[in-house]
Amino acid sequence: MASAAKKKTIRTIPQERTPMPERDPKERARSFQEVACGYQPEHAAREAERCLLCPDPKCIEGCPVSIDIPEFIRRITAKDYRGAYDTIAATNLLPAICGRVCPQESQCEGVCTVGESLEPVAIGRLERWVGDLALAEGWSSAPYIEPSGFRVGIVGSGPAGMACAADMAKAGCDVTVYEAFQEPGGVLKYGIPDFRLPNPVIDAEIENLRKLGVKFECNTLVGRLFTLSDMRDEMGYHAVFIGTGAGYPSMMGIPGESLNGVLSANELLTRCNLMRARDFPKYDTPLPAGKRVAVIGSGNTAMDALRVSLRLSAEKVTCVYRRSRAESPARAEELHHAEQEGIEFHWLANPLEILGDDKGNVRGMRCIRMALGEPDSSGRPRPVPMPGTEFEVAADIVVFAIGTNANPIIGQTSALALNKRGYIQADENLATSMAGVFAGGDIVTGAATVIQAMGAGRKAARGMKKYLGIYQEDADSKVETLFGIPVYEHNFTRLRAA
Amino acid sequence: MFEIVAREDFSDVTFLLEVKHPLMAKAARPGQFVIVMARPEGERIPLTLADFDPKKGTITLVIQAVGKTTREMQQTCLKGSALHALVGPMGIPSQITTTSGAAKKVVCVGGGLGVAPMFPQARAYKQAGAYVVGVVGFRSQELVFWEDKFRGACDELILCTNDGSAGIKGIVTDGLRVALEKHPDVNEVIAIGPPIMMKACADATRARKVKTLVSVNPIMVDGTGMCGGCRVKVGDKVKFACVDGPDFDGHLVDFDDLMARLKRFAAQEKNALERWLDSCRMMKTPAEEPTELPDPFEEVRGG
Ligand SMILES: Cc1cc2nc3c(=O)[nH]c(=O)nc-3n(C[C@H](O)[C@H](O)[C@H](O)COP(=O)(O)OP(=O)(O)OC[C@H]3O[C@@H](n4cnc5c(N)ncnc54)[C@H](O)[C@@H]3O)c2cc1C
Ligand SMILES: Cc1cc2nc3c(=O)[nH]c(=O)nc-3n(C[C@H](O)[C@H](O)[C@H](O)COP(=O)(O)OP(=O)(O)OC[C@H]3O[C@@H](n4cnc5c(N)ncnc54)[C@H](O)[C@@H]3O)c2cc1C
Ligand code: SF4
Ligand code: SF4
Ligand code: FES
Repeated sequence: MASAAKKKTIRTIPQERTPMPERDPKERARSFQEVACGYQPEHAAREAERCLLCPDPKCIEGCPVSIDIPEFIRRITAKDYRGAYDTIAATNLLPAICGRVCPQESQCEGVCTVGESLEPVAIGRLERWVGDLALAEGWSSAPYIEPSGFRVGIVGSGPAGMACAADMAKAGCDVTVYEAFQEPGGVLKYGIPDFRLPNPVIDAEIENLRKLGVKFECNTLVGRLFTLSDMRDEMGYHAVFIGTGAGYPSMMGIPGESLNGVLSANELLTRCNLMRARDFPKYDTPLPAGKRVAVIGSGNTAMDALRVSLRLSAEKVTCVYRRSRAESPARAEELHHAEQEGIEFHWLANPLEILGDDKGNVRGMRCIRMALGEPDSSGRPRPVPMPGTEFEVAADIVVFAIGTNANPIIGQTSALALNKRGYIQADENLATSMAGVFAGGDIVTGAATVIQAMGAGRKAARGMKKYLGIYQEDADSKVETLFGIPVYEHNFTRLRAA
Repeated sequence: MFEIVAREDFSDVTFLLEVKHPLMAKAARPGQFVIVMARPEGERIPLTLADFDPKKGTITLVIQAVGKTTREMQQTCLKGSALHALVGPMGIPSQITTTSGAAKKVVCVGGGLGVAPMFPQARAYKQAGAYVVGVVGFRSQELVFWEDKFRGACDELILCTNDGSAGIKGIVTDGLRVALEKHPDVNEVIAIGPPIMMKACADATRARKVKTLVSVNPIMVDGTGMCGGCRVKVGDKVKFACVDGPDFDGHLVDFDDLMARLKRFAAQEKNALERWLDSCRMMKTPAEEPTELPDPFEEVRGG
């Protein structure tokens, strides 16, 4: 590492984190254009200077897929952008996406050494910049692949399914991804709105998978159109991966939930994003009409529901969350953006009842203030209601964003072992109770993050390769990347130089 | 793209589409439904599988033109054209059971948009060895369709028309009462149609304690259990019709809740239809455009 000869220290690096240009809160709060505009090359170069290239980099441990962060940052400094991309792509297939949506503050950036005395290195922003550059330049990590003769079926086209599909395609398998919706992408498409993750970014990543030879079959509800056993026994799949996500939305079971105007965040977001109801009547799918929207919950889904409602021209948008701001599970950036855009937050409050008018429409919500008590099983302080503190929030629309459960269809239609909460049981290789069937992502862990789902898809791919007998591990070779694939994953007998 | 291989018009509001989908034709079971998007900007709408033929590799949908999407489909979904999206079969298939030994006796009631969807159930019961009494309703004789098909699938068919121009004069609940009186030993009633009709059927069988299954039709988006838009109250539980149903015990379904929730986009639906009718008006001569919208809740009177 010649370039690191002159050792940087915390004093010599740029002290301030390089801000990312953003659109003005007032203007953007009414538009679906992307809020954060991304770095320019000079921003990236400056921010890359802030990395100390630690010999024992903590950031790598913080990243669920262990991207070699100092290495990719070093290559940005050396203006070896293609090399930076290859370094990231060695473990993360979707840098343009993860750079945008990873909760960096609790992952890579949360443990960055610079963060001990200054603001941490903006790893996510740098990663996004590299990812966007790769998309713009049309770089992909497609090697020459010789067919292995194996056929792999993937159920669900979210990040878990996409990652597994890519790895299996690179190992020479004939891969088909089945998706129930009319378009691939999973939560990235139907859940996360355009102003946070524009559709062209997702489509470009999907196009990259197509270049690897992955086929997408949409409009296919696996379990009902054909079963897992059919895939294995009749359709000729040697291995199957299930990445169907944890979409089934929860409600609270309080009075008034069936009033008109009460809906899940998933319904609101799917109508708005995938079905383009925001362009009604050009698109046919309608949205519930309301001037005052109350959203229950404070995770990423809640932030998206709040900010989408604002953009759908609600006059007043309120968030009700039973813990305090510090416990909010949303990405720090989203919470910050929501506050900037004028969302009203009721921290430490919980709904007791949704109130209706005589026509069966929502008119408001009766809530109670909460206080934080002893830590509960999740380690977070347990919220307890404070008697005598009830208050009302006026609303025509109430949106539940309080979490999801396992999607039940695969469980209903197969003999797969499930755990008692309905998620698919998988071992450390992500193999399920059915031979040749692997599973990963939210359907195994419960709702998690994009990068974790992607990591699970790749882990399942390793398990699958072992199962198919095409996994080659060379313990002695140090991990290096060729065509975007770590060497230890190469299938040398089948891979020739591109 | 899913090719429409045949189309038939039963009346000025009801039409049939036969669509090529060999895998679905093989997988489909009575009681299941599909979700259709006619074009990329369209809405996802659920439609029951009215028939499926594994040999021909086709499925059949029978659609009532009630609002913007279904009326537009009535104009654009011609033979040789294609649907943008078609996914299914969705939902848990109806449990077609016959009591061991003695064949079961069932009454299958179809009214309004439930006439055609009732057919696969009647056929399946018959094939399973049950004695099947079919009850179907239409506004008048000219609107009757599939009579031969129903006669083939039922041991007895009670045809009801509002004006008495064919079969008995009355609505399907009148037909159901006739069937129950003639056959006191009925084990099961299946009712498909507008909520108000299914409610009336469930009320008619409650006192006799005859097991009654209904196929609920709430507003749906994905049909895969992801949006919760299709939730219905069944007894003291909340169920998602698309993955837990669509068949439920008619004596437990909260129909008033179902009907109230079906109206949740009424204003937007009206707006969409009016705009669309305006745009049609601009495109062609105003002669034969329908003036009054059939209210889906009123369909019971039409069947
Ligand atoms: C609104 C929202 C915002 C979020 N924001 C963030 C964020 O900012 N950062 C972050 O890291 N994470 C975020 N998450 C979480 C993250 O999106 C998920 O953890 C991740 O998408 C899970 O990926 P997956 O591949 O397991 O499943 P999904 O992305 O849920 O994809 C599953 C796919 O499978 C399909 N499917 C289901 N059943 C079947 C079937 N039987 N046959 C065929 N197809 C089927 C579904 O239609 C879907 O497309 C957010 C989640 C939501 C809902
Ligand atoms: C499981 C199921 C099976 C069905 N089977 C049939 C069938 O076989 N034949 C048939 O003609 N109709 C069927 N329907 C009803 C059909 O889906 C609606 O008539 C259609 O969605 C109306 O759309 P529109 O734009 O033409 O009318 P709109 O003006 O949008 O609505 C007319 C009525 O249909 C209801 N509706 C609107 N959108 C939806 C939606 N996305 N999902 C469900 N209901 C909606 C509304 O409550 C409204 O009262 C079924 C519905 C369900 C849920
Ligand atoms: S994938 Fe996510 S956690 Fe890993 S380095 Fe990139 S932004 Fe950080
Ligand atoms: S911990 Fe921070 S400073 Fe150290 S290598 Fe990682 S990003 Fe650079
Ligand atoms: S239609 Fe979305 S959950 Fe049933």
